[in-house]
Amino acid sequence: MATEEHSQGLTFHPMDQFKIQPLFGEGPIHWYTPTNATLWMALTLLAIFALFVLGTRGRAIIPTRLQSVAELGYGFVHKMVEDVAGKDGLKFFPYIFTLFLFIVFANFLGLVPGAFTTTSHIAVTAVMAVAVFLTVTIVGFVKNGAGFLGLFWVSSAPLALRPVLALIEVISYFVRPVSHSIRLAGNMMAGHAVIKVFAAFAPLVLISGIGIAVTPLSILAIVAMYALEILVAFIQAYVFTILTCVYLKDALHPHH
Amino acid sequence: MANTTTEAAGAVTEAVTEATGHAAEAAGHAAQSAGMPQLDFSTFGNQIFWLAVALVLIYLVLSRVALPRIGGILADRQGKITSDIAAAEELKQKAEAAEKAYNQALIDARTEAGKIVAEARAEIQKDLDKATAKADAEIAAKAAESAKRIEEIRAGAAENVAVVAKETAEAIVAAFGGRADAGAVDDAVASRLKG
Repeated sequence: MATEEHSQGLTFHPMDQFKIQPLFGEGPIHWYTPTNATLWMALTLLAIFALFVLGTRGRAIIPTRLQSVAELGYGFVHKMVEDVAGKDGLKFFPYIFTLFLFIVFANFLGLVPGAFTTTSHIAVTAVMAVAVFLTVTIVGFVKNGAGFLGLFWVSSAPLALRPVLALIEVISYFVRPVSHSIRLAGNMMAGHAVIKVFAAFAPLVLISGIGIAVTPLSILAIVAMYALEILVAFIQAYVFTILTCVYLKDALHPHH
Repeated sequence: MANTTTEAAGAVTEAVTEATGHAAEAAGHAAQSAGMPQLDFSTFGNQIFWLAVALVLIYLVLSRVALPRIGGILADRQGKITSDIAAAEELKQKAEAAEKAYNQALIDARTEAGKIVAEARAEIQKDLDKATAKADAEIAAKAAESAKRIEEIRAGAAENVAVVAKETAEAIVAAFGGRADAGAVDDAVASRLKG
């Protein structure tokens, strides 16, 4: 790798930012140990509480700025659920809104320099994706009984093709939670790691002459990546949410 | 640097391509050297536990407090807007009714005024007619009286003429030295006055 020629003095630890560490002291991480993940999840909760509870305290007909933002978020997801999953999907609105808010706040808090991004961990996104998968599957069978299996039987296709399509549909159905979770965690991880890699190049000017060219470029690249990450932070939360709505629609109305 | 949007977009695309490559490399390196913290299964239990706690708390905060409140605010606002529009509609109708009533009153007043003017005019005309008639009658009476007197005067004058004529005739006859027969003079004067 070309970069390693100049990087004797540089330290590359782009993945260190994702390490889970105990908040207090050293020691093994038990299931109950408060860690940096705990801290940033708590901050996510606090941010949501501040915006949606403290921000709407006034219950004003003419909203304050904070209340406007809270209403905007409410309206955005509410409309999404209604448009995609239908009116009967609105029962699940608090559930979907919880996921959306957790992801969007965790993503943006993760962009604070020095922060820990909880959504960059596959354990976190997988739990949410599996929760969505289980919810959707259970709702599908409870609402439609065996008719839910019609989701896999593409009745608009020629009869001979249907078993093959059914197999593909079943596989794609079970792949859903995998893609659902890896998409989010992967995006978060990749962006943050890339910023870290560029950041590692930044002090090159102190070590080598070539740094005069590399340092401004890497700083510029960090800025560009950061802008992109702001976009990605929102888009990935949006994608996760809208896919949840789409899956929910399949459960509520399984017939194509 | 990038001044136009196209350039900026190009720069972003480049950055992304580059970034993805770097990310892959970086991830590869990290995985080889230190291992991805994401794949350290010993922390999974901890993360899942705290995630569950966080999600449940967020769900409770939202479903118990935030969502009913925001839903209520939005419903209140919708209701307020609807009722305000209805009130505005009502006020507008009231204003229209008031304008109509005003115009009607104006028309009524005008008609009334016209009627009063006509009545007054008729009254005046009646008085005028009466006065004219009275004046006419007086004039007629006076004219008749005058005519009578003129007639009397004329009759008196005729008598006087006869008397004067008789006396004159007797005097003339006497002047000629004759003796006038009173009866003959009377007849002669009468016949002359008739002729």
